[in-house]
Amino acid sequence: MADKLRAQQQLEALQARYVGTGHADTTPFEWISNINRDSLASYVGHPAMLEYMAIGMGVPREKARLQFLEKMIQPVGKPPETQE
Amino acid sequence: MSDSDFETVRRLQQERNAAAAAKKGSKNFDPASQRTNSTKASLTESFDTELYDGQNGNKYAGYNTSIAVDGDGEVEDADGGKAVGLVGQYTASKAQLNEFADTGPDDDNMMMSREKMAQVQSRETDYQKRRLARQLSPTRADPFAADGKADGEGYSYRDVMTAREIEREEQRVMRIIAEKGARGEDENGKEVEEPTLAKEVDGGESGSTPPAPAASEKKRKRRWDISTEPEPETNAETKAEEAKPKRSRWDEAPAPGEPGKKKRSRWDQIPSVPGAQSGNQVAATPTQTSRPTIFNGDMAQRPGFITDEELDLVLPGPTEGYEILQPPPGYEPRHAVMGSAAPIDGPGAFMAQEPERAMFIGKTLPTDSIAGVGELSFFKEEDKQYFQKLLVDVDESTLSVDELKERKISKLLLKVKNGTPPMRKTALRQLTDNARNFGPGALFDQILPLLMEKTLEDQERHLLVKVIDRILYKLDDLVRPYVHKILVVIEPLLIDQDYYARVEGREIISNLSKAAGLAHMISTMRPDIDHADEYVRNTTARAFAVVASALGIPALLPFLRAVCRSKRSWQARHTGVKIVQQIAILMGCAILPHLKGLVDCISYNLNDDQSKVRTVTSLAIAALAEASNPYGIESFDDILNPLWTGARKQRGKGLAGFLKAVGFIVPLMDEEYANYYTDQIMEILMREMESHDEEMKKTVLKVVSQCAGNTGVTATYLKNTMLPHFFKCFWVRRMALDKRNYRQVVDTTVDLGQKVGAGEIVERVVNNLKDESEAYRKMTLETIEKVVASLGVADINSRLEERLIDGVLFSFQEQSVEDVVMLNGFGTVVNALGERCKPYLPQIVSTVLWRLNMRSPTVRQQAADLISRIAIVMKQCGNDQQLTQVGKVLYEYLGEEYPEVLGSILGALRSIVTVVGIHQMEPPIKELLPRLTPILRNRHEKVQENTIDLVGRIADRGPESVNAREWMRICFELLDMLKAHKKGIRRAANNTFGFIAKAIGPQDVLATLLNNLRVQERQSRVCTAVAIGIVAETCAPFTVLPALMNEYRVPELNVQNGVLKSLSFLFEYIGEMAKDYVYAVVPLLEDALIDRDQVHRQTAASVVKHVALGVVGLGCEDAMIHLLNLVWPNIFETSPHVIDRIIEAIDAVRMAVGTGIVMNYTWAGLFHPARKVRTPYWRLYNDAYVHGADAMVPYYPINNKNNEYCNRVELEVFL
Repeated sequence: MADKLRAQQQLEALQARYVGTGHADTTPFEWISNINRDSLASYVGHPAMLEYMAIGMGVPREKARLQFLEKMIQPVGKPPETQE
Repeated sequence: MSDSDFETVRRLQQERNAAAAAKKGSKNFDPASQRTNSTKASLTESFDTELYDGQNGNKYAGYNTSIAVDGDGEVEDADGGKAVGLVGQYTASKAQLNEFADTGPDDDNMMMSREKMAQVQSRETDYQKRRLARQLSPTRADPFAADGKADGEGYSYRDVMTAREIEREEQRVMRIIAEKGARGEDENGKEVEEPTLAKEVDGGESGSTPPAPAASEKKRKRRWDISTEPEPETNAETKAEEAKPKRSRWDEAPAPGEPGKKKRSRWDQIPSVPGAQSGNQVAATPTQTSRPTIFNGDMAQRPGFITDEELDLVLPGPTEGYEILQPPPGYEPRHAVMGSAAPIDGPGAFMAQEPERAMFIGKTLPTDSIAGVGELSFFKEEDKQYFQKLLVDVDESTLSVDELKERKISKLLLKVKNGTPPMRKTALRQLTDNARNFGPGALFDQILPLLMEKTLEDQERHLLVKVIDRILYKLDDLVRPYVHKILVVIEPLLIDQDYYARVEGREIISNLSKAAGLAHMISTMRPDIDHADEYVRNTTARAFAVVASALGIPALLPFLRAVCRSKRSWQARHTGVKIVQQIAILMGCAILPHLKGLVDCISYNLNDDQSKVRTVTSLAIAALAEASNPYGIESFDDILNPLWTGARKQRGKGLAGFLKAVGFIVPLMDEEYANYYTDQIMEILMREMESHDEEMKKTVLKVVSQCAGNTGVTATYLKNTMLPHFFKCFWVRRMALDKRNYRQVVDTTVDLGQKVGAGEIVERVVNNLKDESEAYRKMTLETIEKVVASLGVADINSRLEERLIDGVLFSFQEQSVEDVVMLNGFGTVVNALGERCKPYLPQIVSTVLWRLNMRSPTVRQQAADLISRIAIVMKQCGNDQQLTQVGKVLYEYLGEEYPEVLGSILGALRSIVTVVGIHQMEPPIKELLPRLTPILRNRHEKVQENTIDLVGRIADRGPESVNAREWMRICFELLDMLKAHKKGIRRAANNTFGFIAKAIGPQDVLATLLNNLRVQERQSRVCTAVAIGIVAETCAPFTVLPALMNEYRVPELNVQNGVLKSLSFLFEYIGEMAKDYVYAVVPLLEDALIDRDQVHRQTAASVVKHVALGVVGLGCEDAMIHLLNLVWPNIFETSPHVIDRIIEAIDAVRMAVGTGIVMNYTWAGLFHPARKVRTPYWRLYNDAYVHGADAMVPYYPINNKNNEYCNRVELEVFL
């Protein structure tokens, strides 16, 4: 129990620091949102990658960057309806 | 008056009697041979004395039978230091004289049982003991309850405030009565005393009376005289304390029916009420907790108290010329109260109590009889009253739910408090888990009285506080009605001597304030702010500071402002200011953002009309300035002026505070202002240096060191104006006697030295090195050591240098108690002088050698320690000849029998070997080492450490000087060292294995070590494994691995585990070299990873980890993936050690083979239907994510659901 409590606290601390981490109750939607956000952040964070994608998409680099940033708001659309 | 006070007073009285008797040369009551501890005394003593009296009448007449450690001082201490002796004291202050009288844990504590010493109260001061006088307040109402209605039950804020008002009024009236009494006593007092005085004279003349009680009468009278003097504030309390001891002990429960009768014969009464007080121990209430004394044999049947009748039997009565005094009016004997609570008449009732009383005898108490609790580790007398219900067997099915709950809590608490560690753990867990079910009321009603218990021990208190901490977390705002109760028991922790207790207390209060909220905390603690008792106010102030640090200063600031300006009582203002002071002390530089607010809060109080408030305000400002140093001067702008004028106007105690405040603010100022103020303040400082007040002295020293650090204060100014006066006032022998003064003077002098240079200071103090007072010499040498260590000896001229060495040598030789201060001083001075020491070295060395020859072991030890410190200087001065000589002498001393000394001698030898070098060493190594081999067997840690260090050094630098067989012998001895408790020893032993293996080749050493893997102790095996790793590292792995892997075939678990562990250390040490050995060990690891034994797999996993980390990027991915396949199934292990090793192994493999590949294993389980599967998989995912989220991006699975957003289309861009 004490261990469990500690594990719980550690997980909370971890989650507070890294949003992308998950736990047994993470839904697929949350997870997919996170991996998409991480991917977009990664594209934006690597200039060479951004350049490559911008050329491929036929838009200026800044536009591509903006596009990626905006996409991060709801990368996979609205959360699914939950049925109570 | 609580029991403890009563006991204290009684004991002190006895001591006074004893002291008086001893002074008169009486043989009657000799405190040297008799206990003065009142709880145990006097059943046999008077018989004995009578016996001895008869034999040799005046054996000790004319002798001082005992030398009291602190003479009269103690008598006065007893009165709370308020008493003034009849004869003035012209010697050193009381504090100085008594400094060693009550510090040592071994003087009077020897008499105390160990059990008692563990109790919290045994080391508390009288002030701290006042916590026992506090009572748990009634449960409060919760006006902030979530449902919005303040429930009718519980005390409201108004009720509490009214109660406080009444208390204050009561105290005021008591004070007036006391004052009146004190005034009236001058006339009446004499009348009261006269008869006893007459008696005393009679007794003295007849010569038949032992004089001790008479003397005590005299003392008593003296205390009556004194009691009229104390300051008015505490007058009432003092009166109360004074009043009690006056009554004679054996009269405290006057026989019913004839209360006022003076001349009754006590002998008649003995049969009338025998044991009236005996049986009712059982009905002890929580406040009545005196421990029944346990004697052996039939005495064990005795109850705790000696009854009046027993005393009558034992002590001399009227026939011998004594009189039994009546208790003073208003006194209510404690025992009588108890008696009336449970009246038992006649001896019959006494017998009836017998079976119950059997439970009382601690040793025979059947702990396992407590149903449903099991074997406790102890059960004390006092526990019984709290856990009484558990001792009675009841049918639990007949109990109501509440009773059951109570019983359950009681059981759990007992387990937590008295149980074995595993019991405690589970019980604590249950308490925490069910806290909300039990409800705060049921829990705190049982926990808090336990914490109020007087005989509570540290450990118990810690555990109970822990319980509170845990349940607070769970109960949250349910705790509100109990906040004050909790505070009453927790606040005393804030002024505990023990640092950890203070921290614990802070933690609880901070959690409490978070749970209850600021508003509730304030409304709960507000009534205590102007409480009549100073103790309560003080602790409340500290608690408020903790609340402020928990909830933020800004939240509390408006309240503080209001309190500090309270018009109703100065106590409230005093407490308010004290809260600010405590906040500063507690939070340090964290107050900076709110400094302005805090200063504004208390600035008015600088001009308060109560001097106490003014003083505490100046101290609070000092604390604020100290905490905010070096920033925040602008916040103090407003108060500089009042502070400054205050410092000029005030005198005495008030001035000390103001000076301190100015002294702390000055360093915050910019240079110009600082110079101005320093200049101004110096005048006052110089004047106050001559003050005799301890507090003032300390303040002056503090301020001087503050000011000296100021840039504006020039060295010339200090030298010309300050130093002569400073040295005149503070460098006197008296200052060296008190530890605190000693420290302050040394620190201040060192601070001054930073400005004026080492030469100046040394010049002034060097003569003191030859002073006759040892403490003073010590103080001087410590100062010199510190100054020289920080400033060097460049400005010490050759003449001074001569005097310095001379003085140091003198004080070193003259020490009566060998002190590390002297050693350090000597070492530092010699090292600082370096080559300049050359002319003095012969003398120093001859001194050292001579002292090495002394009979006292500590002298020898110190001499040897000194050699190790100055060896390097001897080398620098080119005195190799002397070094050799000293080395030879030391070699002769290797037969030393005191281990401490032997350790030092070995240390000295080691430093000589280091300085001289292995090859020039005299005596030669090949003679020295064989002498060391047997010493390796010595069990003493210091010896072990120094020998192993010396041996290791020899093995490292000059192994060829000894033959291989000798080294092997040493190897065997070293194996024992692996069991040492001290890590340093084990580490040194392991390293030495490496050196020896290097010197004589690994084969033999390895064989020895591999054999050692079979031993039982785990620690030894672990260290052997480490040693094998080290040998492998020093002699290349291929020399070790084959033998090691071969050893794995031994079908013995310990050996196999040991091999795996060695492999783990081996791969950890060899790092990248591992790539050549990976494929060799894979089959072994395969086998280990599929073993049934958990620990086996765990150790194998740690090998995998180290191998994998060694081969990152070296092209061994195939082997790593193979190992990963074997490690992976273990992720479902639950044992914490095992799972940690497994996860580490997987992490390491991920480093070696790349994130993508390991992630392929992970995806499968993230959304597995079973939670048991998902949990470990997410753990792995999280680890990977934290280590390299970016590296995971290319490997995220492609989502081919029919959702357009889910696919990361950007990745499909292809040019």
